[in-house]
Amino acid sequence: MTALLEVESLVKHFVAERSLFGRPLAHVKAVDGVSFSLEAGKTLALVGESGCGKSTVSRLVLRLIEPDAGSIRFEGRDLLSLDANALRKFRREAQIIFQDPYASLNPRMTVGQILSEPLALHDLVPSAQRRERVAELLRLVGLEPRLARRYPHEFSGGQRQRIAIARALAVEPKLIICDEPVSALDVSIRSQILNLLRELQDRLGLAYIFVSHDLAVVKHIADHVAVMNLGQIVETAEADALFAAPSHPYSRALLSAIPVPKPQAKRSRIVLQGEIPSALNPPPGCRFHTRCPYVVERCRSEMPQLAADGIGHATACHRTSELPSSAAIVPSDGGFSPVLEKLVAAFSGGPEAVRGSGVSSLGTDPA
Amino acid sequence: MSAGPLIEITDLRIRFHGDDGRITHAVDGVDLSVANGATLGLVGESGCGKSVTSLAIMGLLPKQSAEISGAIRFDGFDLLKTPDQTLRDLRGNRLAMIFQEPMTSLNPSFTIGDQIIETILRHRGGSRKSARARAIELLRRVHIPSPERRIDEYPHKLSGGMRQRVMIAMALACDPRLLIADEPTTALDVTLQAQILELMRELKAASGAAIILITHDLGVVAEVCDEVAVMYAGEIVERAPVDELFSAPQHPYTVGLLGSIPRLDHRAEQLATIEGMVPNMAQPPAGCRFAARCPFVLEACTKAPPPLTEVSPGHLSRCIRAPLERLVS
Repeated sequence: MTALLEVESLVKHFVAERSLFGRPLAHVKAVDGVSFSLEAGKTLALVGESGCGKSTVSRLVLRLIEPDAGSIRFEGRDLLSLDANALRKFRREAQIIFQDPYASLNPRMTVGQILSEPLALHDLVPSAQRRERVAELLRLVGLEPRLARRYPHEFSGGQRQRIAIARALAVEPKLIICDEPVSALDVSIRSQILNLLRELQDRLGLAYIFVSHDLAVVKHIADHVAVMNLGQIVETAEADALFAAPSHPYSRALLSAIPVPKPQAKRSRIVLQGEIPSALNPPPGCRFHTRCPYVVERCRSEMPQLAADGIGHATACHRTSELPSSAAIVPSDGGFSPVLEKLVAAFSGGPEAVRGSGVSSLGTDPA
Repeated sequence: MSAGPLIEITDLRIRFHGDDGRITHAVDGVDLSVANGATLGLVGESGCGKSVTSLAIMGLLPKQSAEISGAIRFDGFDLLKTPDQTLRDLRGNRLAMIFQEPMTSLNPSFTIGDQIIETILRHRGGSRKSARARAIELLRRVHIPSPERRIDEYPHKLSGGMRQRVMIAMALACDPRLLIADEPTTALDVTLQAQILELMRELKAASGAAIILITHDLGVVAEVCDEVAVMYAGEIVERAPVDELFSAPQHPYTVGLLGSIPRLDHRAEQLATIEGMVPNMAQPPAGCRFAARCPFVLEACTKAPPPLTEVSPGHLSRCIRAPLERLVS
């Protein structure tokens, strides 16, 4: 089976400084040789610190910006050779949801207009039936159809993110890129959106590229994870395998630092010393060597390549085989306490799950 | 630990008068206290009143539109009745605050050294030379590399993590007794967040200052706090030692919050969600403010506001159904 999306040796350098005559003087190496593939119906998470290139990769995949080198194949077709018409057709297949639901919806359009625009652009639904389709889309993301007449400012952050999701779904895409879709939302709203994304994936067979710096969220939603540092993938693996035993020293540091909701959680946090080097002038050799606790001479001169073990867990590090065991790196939150487990189940189960609840029961306390 | 808490807030009420004549009850009867050397986590979602409470402590709310009542006792003063001149002597000195946005809370037209030195000279006096030496020392304490050089740099030359460390250095300039940190790590990457949390722990151990940490990140709370107060719609709905809050919460809202964060060791297909919306604080509901979203709701909940009562020693909940264990056993 061919993958839905195959990305190979993708490169994007931005010009950071030009001479008086427009000759480029300095480049930001935002993406520097990134390869991955994604199967239909699966989720790939891109994680890493600010400036590691994860958002640039997601824009390159949609050809919102043009790569300098490399190839992107979607269902076997070479995306980079598409002309304007074909590219427009491709946009039906892949959509994006941004971090800030306040900035990504046009404040002068009603929700109904926002949702019918893609239908009209791609000529998907005859105009007579558009209203019906808009209602259907709103129901799909858990909003009432009557809200179609309202403007974005009348909605809360979580509801706006639902509208952004509905807009992405309007063209029935196969791939949705979620760029930090829940970072701007409150905890309880965040869980609603995560649940929704998952439910939609199951129902519609969507594939996601999920860009996030929240690693607990990534663990929850992703099938596969790629860890990026300064424009390169340093480790990629099945989510469970990565969280069980991160291999690259950078992934170890990243995963060891996840704050977990358990007081006195057992952890062996690796606090990285030093600043993140600039992508303007990445260090030679391994780009992590300035902050790596395991650095040796070879790392300073020779760039390590991604090397996979037997089960598809690939790491770009010269010392992969010599590093100490990483089994206890990811902090343990021990799940819920027995009491909390029951309380959360009752909370999610609604009034029926709790003895004596419900406003109609006239408030008799069973205990 | 000396007798009595370092700061004690009683019945704090803050109302904002909008231009259209609407009154919003941002904070409604908050009681809080923090002992010397303790860290209190103030948790809640956007608009619950946690940041407004901290601004009231610092005396930073606009006098024209905010109506404040109650008492905030700190170090022998009632901060709500203290004249501005005295407040200015306290702020940045014995009371310090770190804000969420290190990008916007430093003045871009002065070097970081100037900004730290200004604080020291204002409160401690002395020569500029000695203040500069102290500023370098502070930058070293927050682990800024080569502080002698960095001190003369402008904020735009520093990364986000560095700026937040400069903010912390500035807050610590006069050895505050109370440090209020409003979402100090929210804008930072995990690795930097780890560095800043480590730093706050270190500084607390060294100086014995009390900390009020305002955050919506329960993971951060679990790591650094001794006690937690959960706020919802302007009220404290639960207050407990950190271990108890995470193992046996006594308010349904806290249960919902804890259930809605993805866990590393617990792969749930569905996360818990809190249905519905926060009530409109221009017209708060008559009964429990969480009633409309609560699956444990009873008829009585919607009739009268529940009091904050002690469920077990040191563990308070504003829920008539507490202890909640009874509902599921």
